[in-house]
Amino acid sequence: MQNLTNRSKMVSDKKMTFLEWIYIPAIIKGMSITIRHFFGKKTTINYPEEKREFSKVYRGQHVLKRDDEGRERCTACGLCAVACPAEAITMRAAERKPGEEHLYREEKYAAVYEINMLRCIYCGDCEDACPKEAIFLTDRIVASQYERKPFVYGKDILVEPLDLNLRIDISARQTEAVHQFKSVKRYAHNK
Amino acid sequence: MVFLFYLLSAIMIICALLVVFSKSPINNVIYLIVCFLAMAGHYILLNAQFLAVVHVIVYTGAIMVLFLFVIMLLNLNKAIILRKSTVTRVSAVITGGIFFLVLLAATRQTFEIHAKYPFASDFGLVSGIGKVLFNEFLLPFEMSSILFISAMVGALMFGKKDV
Amino acid sequence: MDWTELIFKTIFLIIIFTVTLIVAMYSTYGERKVAAFMQDRRGPNRAGPFGLLQPLADGLKMFMKEEIIPLTANKKLFIIGPSIAMTTALLTGVVIPWGGSVTIGGRIFSLQVADLNIGILYVFAMVSIGVYGIMIGGWASNNKYALLGAIRAASQMISYELAMGMSIIALVLTTGSLSLHEIVSQQHGMHWNIFYQPLGFFIFLICAFAETNRAPFDLPECETELIGGYHTEYSSMKLGFYLFAEYINMFISSAVIATLYFGGYNMPFIDQLGLSMNTATFIGTFFFFLKIFSMIFLFMWIRWTLPRFRYDQLMNMGWKGLIPLAMFNILATGIYYFFTELK
Repeated sequence: MQNLTNRSKMVSDKKMTFLEWIYIPAIIKGMSITIRHFFGKKTTINYPEEKREFSKVYRGQHVLKRDDEGRERCTACGLCAVACPAEAITMRAAERKPGEEHLYREEKYAAVYEINMLRCIYCGDCEDACPKEAIFLTDRIVASQYERKPFVYGKDILVEPLDLNLRIDISARQTEAVHQFKSVKRYAHNK
Repeated sequence: MVFLFYLLSAIMIICALLVVFSKSPINNVIYLIVCFLAMAGHYILLNAQFLAVVHVIVYTGAIMVLFLFVIMLLNLNKAIILRKSTVTRVSAVITGGIFFLVLLAATRQTFEIHAKYPFASDFGLVSGIGKVLFNEFLLPFEMSSILFISAMVGALMFGKKDV
Repeated sequence: MDWTELIFKTIFLIIIFTVTLIVAMYSTYGERKVAAFMQDRRGPNRAGPFGLLQPLADGLKMFMKEEIIPLTANKKLFIIGPSIAMTTALLTGVVIPWGGSVTIGGRIFSLQVADLNIGILYVFAMVSIGVYGIMIGGWASNNKYALLGAIRAASQMISYELAMGMSIIALVLTTGSLSLHEIVSQQHGMHWNIFYQPLGFFIFLICAFAETNRAPFDLPECETELIGGYHTEYSSMKLGFYLFAEYINMFISSAVIATLYFGGYNMPFIDQLGLSMNTATFIGTFFFFLKIFSMIFLFMWIRWTLPRFRYDQLMNMGWKGLIPLAMFNILATGIYYFFTELK
């Protein structure tokens, strides 16, 4: 078999030499290693004060996007719930009433939209499945809680604010490949 | 000092009686340990610090630990008391009585010895014991060490099947 | 002994107990920090500045926890176990000379509670009684793992006590005294015993590791094999007592090592500085604590470097390695003094 690295050592049962037998050189060697680490650089990141830099495509807490006029994009088609491997997404659809055109983009909208953050595995399949570019994963971290109940996020947390300045920026996740893929997909869905 | 003497004596006697009468083997050993510690206290009252400490190290710290060790391994938690026949009981009483007589006689002897050797406060210290041990009692001391060696070798012989 | 002396000794005794407890407390903090640093972590840094209040938080936690005594345990012995461990650990500190002498109001007081002429043996006796705390606690828990831990502790301590005693005998041959005060004053001016007894020091150090049940000799409590060893069933402050006793033992054995082999409160060139007695004593005590802390650091350093011994390796090293070595050390020391001091 070919070695993957050249660091592996064959274990042998040979008799130890005197120096090996008294162990002291080996102990001193080990202690010199630990003392080097004692004064070495620490790898810990003091979390609340310092934060680790995320990858550009980090997948964290979801957002339900609005369009430029502030209307919810989601049409409650249920493709995200179908795509979800952890079955974390549930929703209930409702019909848009006259006079609600400024709230919802399509004629059907999600009256209830819930993601169970304890079930979610942050795979991003919902984002891929969405034909309306409504759901995206962002670089925000899901806050810890003392109980299980608050982890079921409803629309109040998921939908982004109306104010244009407070909109959640998701452009970092949209790499060139994603743009290309999406353009084709939009073409397929919105003909 | 006198108060301490009586206190230590009381502890010793009570513990010694409990060693005999207590049913659980572990408790027996622990009472014996307390008894030995009280005895070390008596040595200190006699200004024999060396004897006291050696007594604690050897008897309390080593021998009784081994006792406790063995009893723990045997797991004699519930006292297993075998029914003893009348003959055993009578012979035990006789043996115990004779041993008690011997002890009594030995104790009586000490009154005479006590008069011959007046109490010296520095006797129990290291140098005093060392001088006596390595001059006057050198032969018995070395003999007992040979005895211990032979006992150890004998125990090893019993312990190992094929030597 | 008159009243002022008695009052001074009482106050000094209380100070020693307090200092011992505080040092033991902060040893837990130090241990966690050292462990963290050696593993490229930061260690506790949340409670107070640099996490300095962590020991208090830990202590508070220990007191607040639920106290559980197993139904099948022997209740009396279950409580006596940790008490013995703690008492014997604390009692050892009284014979250690913590410093020279101080003058208060024209009277000279020695910074040592009791100058027994058998000081070393007293330490030794306390250590040998200390094993009962572990044994009784382990047995009273009525738990297999606790019992195994207790038995391991007993056999380990007895085995290493022998080698330790023999290394002390060689030391006593060079000093000619069993009194710790005497031994320290003999080492005045860099005549430290480690230069005369390097092999003895080495043996004593290994045995001190074994006697304090610290890695690589932590077989009585090894978490991976015996869950927690003798303190498996213990909770709340009774567990705290066991853990605390371990750290006190570490502090005291560091102090004993510093006293016996590193000149105690002696500091090089202290005579040349021309200080008053009180200042010299103060600096000496400071220096003594410096030695103790470096010793404690060595204890931790080794703990976080070496893996635990296997049981047969432990016994082989004790009986076939250290005891013959210690005997050879006694013989060599004896021969040396026989030929040099005969003239």
